[in-house]
Amino acid sequence: MGGSNMTIHLKIWRQEGPEAEGRFETYTLDQVNEHMSFLEMLDVLNEQLVTEGKLPVEFDYDCREGICGSCNMVINGKAHGPKRLTAVCQLHMRNYSDGDTIVIEPARAAAFPVIRDLVVDRSAFDRIIEAGGYVSVKTGSAPEANTLPVDQFNANKAFDYATCIGCGACVAACPNSSASLFTGAKIAHLNKLPQGQPERKNRVLAMVEQMEKEGFGDCSNFAECEAVCPVGISISAIAEMRRDYMKAMFDDN
Amino acid sequence: MKLDSKVPSGPLESKWEKHLNEINLLAPNNKRKHHVLVVGTGLAGASAAASLAELGYNVTSFCIQDSARRAHSIAAQGGINAAKNYPNDGDTIRRLFNDTIKGGDYRSREANVYRLAQVSNEIIDQAVAQGVPFAREYSGLLDNRSFGGAQVSRTFYARGQTGQQLLLGAYQAMMRMIHAGKIDYQPRKEMLDLVVVDGKARGIITRDLVSGKIERWSGDAVVLCTGGYGNVFYLSTNAKNSNVTAAWRCHKRGAAFANPCYVQIHPTCIPVSGDYQSKLTLMSESLRNDGRVWVPKKKGDERNPNDIPEEERYYYLEERYPSFGNLVPRDVASRNAKMVTDDGMGIGPTGRAVYLDFRDAIDRDGKEAIKAKYGNLFDMYENITGDNPYEQPMRIFPAVHYTMGGLWVDYNLMSNIPGLFVAGEANFSDHGANRLGASALMQGLADGYFVIPYTIGDYIAGNDLAAVSTDDEAFGEAADASAKQLDKLLNVKGDRSVIDFHRELGKIMWDKVGIARNREGLEQAIEEIRSLREEFWKNVRVPGEAGYYNKYLEFAHRVADYFELAELMALDALQRNESCGCHLRDEYQTEDGEAVRNDEEFSFVAAWEYKGLNGKLEAELHKEDLEFEFVELKQRSYK
Repeated sequence: MGGSNMTIHLKIWRQEGPEAEGRFETYTLDQVNEHMSFLEMLDVLNEQLVTEGKLPVEFDYDCREGICGSCNMVINGKAHGPKRLTAVCQLHMRNYSDGDTIVIEPARAAAFPVIRDLVVDRSAFDRIIEAGGYVSVKTGSAPEANTLPVDQFNANKAFDYATCIGCGACVAACPNSSASLFTGAKIAHLNKLPQGQPERKNRVLAMVEQMEKEGFGDCSNFAECEAVCPVGISISAIAEMRRDYMKAMFDDN
Repeated sequence: MKLDSKVPSGPLESKWEKHLNEINLLAPNNKRKHHVLVVGTGLAGASAAASLAELGYNVTSFCIQDSARRAHSIAAQGGINAAKNYPNDGDTIRRLFNDTIKGGDYRSREANVYRLAQVSNEIIDQAVAQGVPFAREYSGLLDNRSFGGAQVSRTFYARGQTGQQLLLGAYQAMMRMIHAGKIDYQPRKEMLDLVVVDGKARGIITRDLVSGKIERWSGDAVVLCTGGYGNVFYLSTNAKNSNVTAAWRCHKRGAAFANPCYVQIHPTCIPVSGDYQSKLTLMSESLRNDGRVWVPKKKGDERNPNDIPEEERYYYLEERYPSFGNLVPRDVASRNAKMVTDDGMGIGPTGRAVYLDFRDAIDRDGKEAIKAKYGNLFDMYENITGDNPYEQPMRIFPAVHYTMGGLWVDYNLMSNIPGLFVAGEANFSDHGANRLGASALMQGLADGYFVIPYTIGDYIAGNDLAAVSTDDEAFGEAADASAKQLDKLLNVKGDRSVIDFHRELGKIMWDKVGIARNREGLEQAIEEIRSLREEFWKNVRVPGEAGYYNKYLEFAHRVADYFELAELMALDALQRNESCGCHLRDEYQTEDGEAVRNDEEFSFVAAWEYKGLNGKLEAELHKEDLEFEFVELKQRSYK
């Protein structure tokens, strides 16, 4: 308990469906506790809207621990808001001051159509993984785990890339709406491990092709994606992906 | 209702192999003719869907999230157990079995638990082959650590994100089979009912969470992997969308619900900060390997914890349990936190917290070493509380975390409704009255990768499953009932929000059906639940309509189910006149507060049959007696 209360003004994007015209609506909350999470602040707004007989603001969320990647919104022009390495569910109102106005929009990209308000359709990400983001090992056919040592350096590198939560902030932040960081992270994760080698070439070709098919743009090295990534995926993932893609293009084996 | 556990005869070590040798097999060309509906895409659901599809079955996979990758298994932090004995510290399958059955306080089925220990090693092999980046030593080989309640190091981990990495492995396996055309993938669909035709589970009803459309799906078997029901408490470590609806609707269609009162309260969570709190965040109990739990000896001591000298600190776990110390199982740690705070020694503004202190570990190993082990957890803590745990002790308090109870299943993980299989946290199997740390991931994946794929084959091969059309009367009845319930909720048009009702229900549950229970409190809880449920149906306000994305409507029907489940949990806790595992009845404890089990009268699985709801929940108790052939029942002692 405790903590100080603030007044917060909100400008939130409201849109009834993919084809509907969207608009900003403004709201004011008087009792925002500094210890609230950003999403709890929106819960309070929604409770207020329901009490007033209005429709609550729809937004995606689930774990509220920064790991499931459900939440995804653009706050004052920044995906996941102002705090580095922080998903919006882990952002707390102590990062704001009394009287602030906060603008909240969905993650906008042609490949992420709006479903309602701040909820967008990110199924394109699933289809990119589906194209090749795995090791084709059947249940039951795995060798004994310690028969395949992985040096700690590469194991750690692989882990760093594997932590991607698939939230789509990288796409929202990119001027080209590119999904290169997301796609590169999976490619780099599997490339760093011996298990990923047999399918290395086909994987990169298939995933990059799918990424383009979904309508994501290409990468122009703005690095905005890295800046907003809540788990700190490095853009070296994109370099890995491009290097591998070039190699795969010219490798006719 | 007849409960046949179908446990194979013979020595414990060979039951599973014997069973595999005896069950029906289905030829590959016949597998292609069958269709399995898998509900949920957590560890159990994703691994089952992928494995069944690899075998050749046609699978439809449903999840409520926008992607299978977001199922709540993703949030598991600590690790996964396996009896590999890599550290050469004497671990065996038998030891993992012993620890798990003892940890569950002898309220689980021996044969199931032994099988779990047996397949544990294969899970690690499978995950590593998929590219799951477990922690490794400098040699490049896999690293292990000791984890809550174990005296050997058998826990495999991927920093503090083991659940995430294992889930992504299973998710990717599933994506591969979608690509192969063997899985029809249906995200943003919520199961609202089970369709039973001629006594067998033959389909489900879902609501499309985007369009609101009620849809019908038929199949030869249904695998329910929909997780636990901890959110009945409103505040828990579960994700906001975790819910009991799919399981509860199966219960109302005839599936027995077993041991609903067994709820694990995790000892190391970040304490509640205010009324607006929407969920609680777990700090992995791996922290207890290096952190020391204490409270000030002086009640209401408001000094900075770093200024409180050693002799004025009460390291209550170390003092009361010298051999396990801070590593006692979760139920013991939670109960003791409640005891010291009930005695007025709690800290912080609410008095409902204790310290978890890393000062000594940092002095011993250095800040960098601690950072390497727990960096992300420390960051998470600082992010949420604004306090730096490298400089001052964390504040922690127990929170609802995992539900051991769930739908009753036999050895094949099939419920008492033929064709309805239940895996992972959604079933009651394996953990008894208390789950050990790093065992949930093990069980979810054991069920999905290594049990369900065989036992479903046995069921399909052994039954005549003529095709059922979704035009069948049973589908129509179930779909209409689902639509009607949503309309009913929308048309109450009362004054109180769903969340407000849920919060109040959660408070009743936490206060009276929580860490410690007693007859008087449980009887009160039942009355309060009933009257709040009545008010809910008269006065809830659900905004909007059913024909589009409407989160509040989803919550409303889930909360409606919690109101029924809550009563069953209290009834179950009331009938269990003993303390076992996470179920502590104040009336059944020793003078120094240790739980007293009653093996004579309560060594059974309480399986409840739904009999109707008429102001009060009508439920009939069936008992599956637990027979222990291979272990000797002991009073648990971690002293």
